[in-house]
Amino acid sequence: MKIQIKNGHLIDPRNGVDAVIDVFIAAGKIVATGAVPNGFQANRVIDAKGLVVCPGLVDLSARLREPGFEYKATLESEMDAAVAGGVTSLACPPDTDPPLDEPGLVEMLKHRARSLNQARVYPIGALTQGLKGERLTEMAELRDAGCVAFGQSDAPLTDTLVMMQAMQYAATFGFGVWLRPQDVSLANNGVAHDGEVATRLGLPAIPVCAETIALSNIVLLARETGARIHLCRLSSAEGVAMVRAARQQGLSITCDVAINHLHLSEMDIGFFDSNCHLVPPLRGLGDRDALRAGLRDGTIDAVCSDHAPVDEDAKLLPFGEAEIGATGLELLLPLTLKWALEMRMPLSAALAKITVGPARILGVDAGHLSAGTAADLCIFDPNQYWKVEAAALKSQGKNTPFLGMELQGRVKYTLVDGSIVYEN
Amino acid sequence: MNNNPQLNKHGELQHLLTTEGLPASILLNILDTAESFVGVTERDIKKVPLLRGKSIFNLFFEPSTRTRTTFEIAAKRLSADVVNLNIAASSQSKGETLLDTVDNLSAMHADMFIVRHSQSGAAHLIARHVRPEIHVINAGDGRHAHPTQALLDMFTIRHYKRDFHNLRVAIVGDILHSRVARSQIHALTTLGVPEVRVIAPKTLLPTKVERLGVHVYHDMAQGLKDVDVLLMLRLQNERMLGASLPSSEEYFKYYGLTQEKLALARHDAIVLHPGPMNRGIEIDSAVADGKQSVILPQVTFGIAVRMAVMSILAGN
Repeated sequence: MKIQIKNGHLIDPRNGVDAVIDVFIAAGKIVATGAVPNGFQANRVIDAKGLVVCPGLVDLSARLREPGFEYKATLESEMDAAVAGGVTSLACPPDTDPPLDEPGLVEMLKHRARSLNQARVYPIGALTQGLKGERLTEMAELRDAGCVAFGQSDAPLTDTLVMMQAMQYAATFGFGVWLRPQDVSLANNGVAHDGEVATRLGLPAIPVCAETIALSNIVLLARETGARIHLCRLSSAEGVAMVRAARQQGLSITCDVAINHLHLSEMDIGFFDSNCHLVPPLRGLGDRDALRAGLRDGTIDAVCSDHAPVDEDAKLLPFGEAEIGATGLELLLPLTLKWALEMRMPLSAALAKITVGPARILGVDAGHLSAGTAADLCIFDPNQYWKVEAAALKSQGKNTPFLGMELQGRVKYTLVDGSIVYEN
Repeated sequence: MNNNPQLNKHGELQHLLTTEGLPASILLNILDTAESFVGVTERDIKKVPLLRGKSIFNLFFEPSTRTRTTFEIAAKRLSADVVNLNIAASSQSKGETLLDTVDNLSAMHADMFIVRHSQSGAAHLIARHVRPEIHVINAGDGRHAHPTQALLDMFTIRHYKRDFHNLRVAIVGDILHSRVARSQIHALTTLGVPEVRVIAPKTLLPTKVERLGVHVYHDMAQGLKDVDVLLMLRLQNERMLGASLPSSEEYFKYYGLTQEKLALARHDAIVLHPGPMNRGIEIDSAVADGKQSVILPQVTFGIAVRMAVMSILAGN
């Protein structure tokens, strides 16, 4: 299959491309951009006039809910959602049931995902057995099975000795360690940011220091062990400032922010909207603004969907009892574009945060359109508005704080390995 | 989502979920209506036929005898049919969800739900879910709100002090975990009380509580100075299990209301308590039973206030 994508606005942030340029694909790879290669005969021509052509999106956190939580979502439904959102590579956290702590489970997941011929799945292995925070997993074996990094997802890692040894062991092999900074005792079963809204609504609260104290431990241990650390889901202004300082010291630390935290604050909880029951909690407006600025100045490397499909009934509960999470794969692109628009950032800078930025963190060859690489692409209409509603979402999870909102930016085609896996 | 979920499209009270965000006129209307019911509760035949034929479900997901009983009495004095459900011991333990329970009872043609639940926001969730002809009264949700308690406190304050506009009111105790305190604060500020104080150690105060419009004190001597009304809060025993407080003895010494501390307030100050009291922990018996205590009249007024709320909702 040879495909020519013509008249599209090609944006490839890693290669500094930002112009109307044609793309030529053959045998699953990008063969050229610009002029027609000698003897190239397209089987299919996609007219991308008025559309943006960019590398397929890379999402650092998408829960596919397999194995163990098929009632919330299945690999099929969520992989459909991924490509409908333009996502061609995704990292899935290890918080399945059982957790991704054994090579067999990882191989099974990779195999199942591959057989669907859609997005590429990069499992994050469990850092500790059963995510219990006690004993290390067989990281090297898990890497051989397909894990690209190791983390705890939202499971606590309270023992600092275990944390240090996990970092040392991971550093031995050069593996990345992904951690969401949260001190469990300070979080104290809270369900909302410790601020004005939680005080008013009487919701058990999680203070900012639950993030910063954990973050401080992680930064100090990163310096001690030399481990490559990725911080997941920053939520606070102070957290952003600490990461900025740590990076200025030359530490190997990257971090991401979730789409929800880039746009929302505690105020959006309104009258107990359980769609806003998220981890980390939505914090104050100042925190949100600092996250937006941190993403712009490069302190934050990537935006992720933090996709967590939840079944309908699990959200129809009082706020604190409602299950945590929101669907996100199909909102990653429009919400990143929304940030760029509001921050007056060029489109290419925004796309870098969901292509080359996260690909570098994952350490995989994705997120760019250099000749010779796999033809993973996203083609979207940057001007098309669409309404976020249950019927418009492929994901089995229909819950998101953005339900009912009009968003700008709609995916028209998604290609993986040169095949059109989504067309709208 | 940000429309006031308590009001119908005519701006009338559809549900009573919290005292926050309600206009003073609605709060005052409840208090005025309650005045007319005080007479009823003092008659030989303590019944009026206002809610005859209406079914009221007491939906208590958290154990309570006092509040449930006062609602039950109030409903019966309005001639309503009352069904008491102690859900903690029934369907929830069989795995039925909160809204399933509500749907089932709605199918029995309930007109009103009186809801108590351990989770903040439970009453809002139910109010959002039920058919528009059903009214919901929040009888306490988590740490969030307990509006009828606050309204009966307002009724009591007005009864003894006549006017809200020249008062200094202090709320003393575990503000952090108290739905009563939150509802009192909103009611007091809405009704025009110029100075509302909260007095507590820092472990029992929520973050940014001053944003609710209160002045924060940690010292009883300073906080009680020249106060007209003292609203004492119940201290749950479980506060002593964690690290919120070292002991009930130390709490009583520094924050318990004794005659000596009460003497720092105005000479005609009144003392309220939502009950049940922990004598010797947050309040000394001499004060609880003393001449400045209006704790028993509170209970009596509580019936009239709950009758008022039910009859107003049923009429809207």
